[in-house]
Amino acid sequence: MKSAVVLLPGLNRDRDMIAALTKVSGQAPKTVWQTETELPDVDLIVIPGGFSFGDYLRCGAIAARMPVMRAVADAAKRGVMVMGVCNGFQILLEAGLLPGALMRNSSLQFVCREVKLQVANANTAFTRAYAPNEVIRCPVAHHDGNFFADPDTLARLEGEGRVAFRYAEDTNPNGSLNDIAGILNEDGNVLGLMPHPENLIEAAHGGSDGRGIFESALRVAA
Amino acid sequence: MKARVTVTLKNGVLDPQGKAIEGALGTLGFAGVGSVRQGKVFDVELNGTDQAKAEADLKAMCEKLLANTVIENYSVDFA
Repeated sequence: MKSAVVLLPGLNRDRDMIAALTKVSGQAPKTVWQTETELPDVDLIVIPGGFSFGDYLRCGAIAARMPVMRAVADAAKRGVMVMGVCNGFQILLEAGLLPGALMRNSSLQFVCREVKLQVANANTAFTRAYAPNEVIRCPVAHHDGNFFADPDTLARLEGEGRVAFRYAEDTNPNGSLNDIAGILNEDGNVLGLMPHPENLIEAAHGGSDGRGIFESALRVAA
Repeated sequence: MKARVTVTLKNGVLDPQGKAIEGALGTLGFAGVGSVRQGKVFDVELNGTDQAKAEADLKAMCEKLLANTVIENYSVDFA
């Protein structure tokens, strides 16, 4: 699988993401700076987590208006897989590639802990390596992960099977509506996810529950 | 030309920060605070004197960047 990682000032999970992609796919991803207007020919584009532009204005708001995001939107339209993790998820929402918004955690606290995730739809490009409704462990680290959407949007996401992951076993860390942790676009090739699967892919991490997301994409690309 | 853009959360959108401020005001002894909603203010200086154009530009700025219309409303006032 050929992949690319988008780099923006203030992101800090890019190295973890590059390491995870390299280990799972056997190929180092290309990196793409925010000013690029063209992307390399890849199967998967990843926007990693962090604090792009210091979270100024709103999380992900400035990053979403950078030139590279127009190229990401074009690639998504062509069917290329796109995954945004944490700040990457916020950026995809701000760029309009996914519906809804991520608000300040209901606790007002930054949360850094492990949660349980239920694979709410195992029939997607990013989840097919998991069993339906499988519950996995995954770390989270964020201040603004409280998913919000208007009732119509929420009903559509639920009705169309576009909730990919849900916080399970009472571990919702942020007050997200319907315990939503990750959603897909209409075509199913864009995933936004608040938790960090790249930090749980091998024994040294204490488990490999997050690996399935990368392995799913790998299967699609094969 | 000077304009002030005010961005507020839509009704029905939970505002945990506003709630925390509301609680702190109560702690300070301010009784009778019904509720607090937190918003943002942008003071924008624009070149030119055409107010209609400025208004249209500011509206576009709000739609494209200053507000997230999924969760926020905006209004524009000229000084």
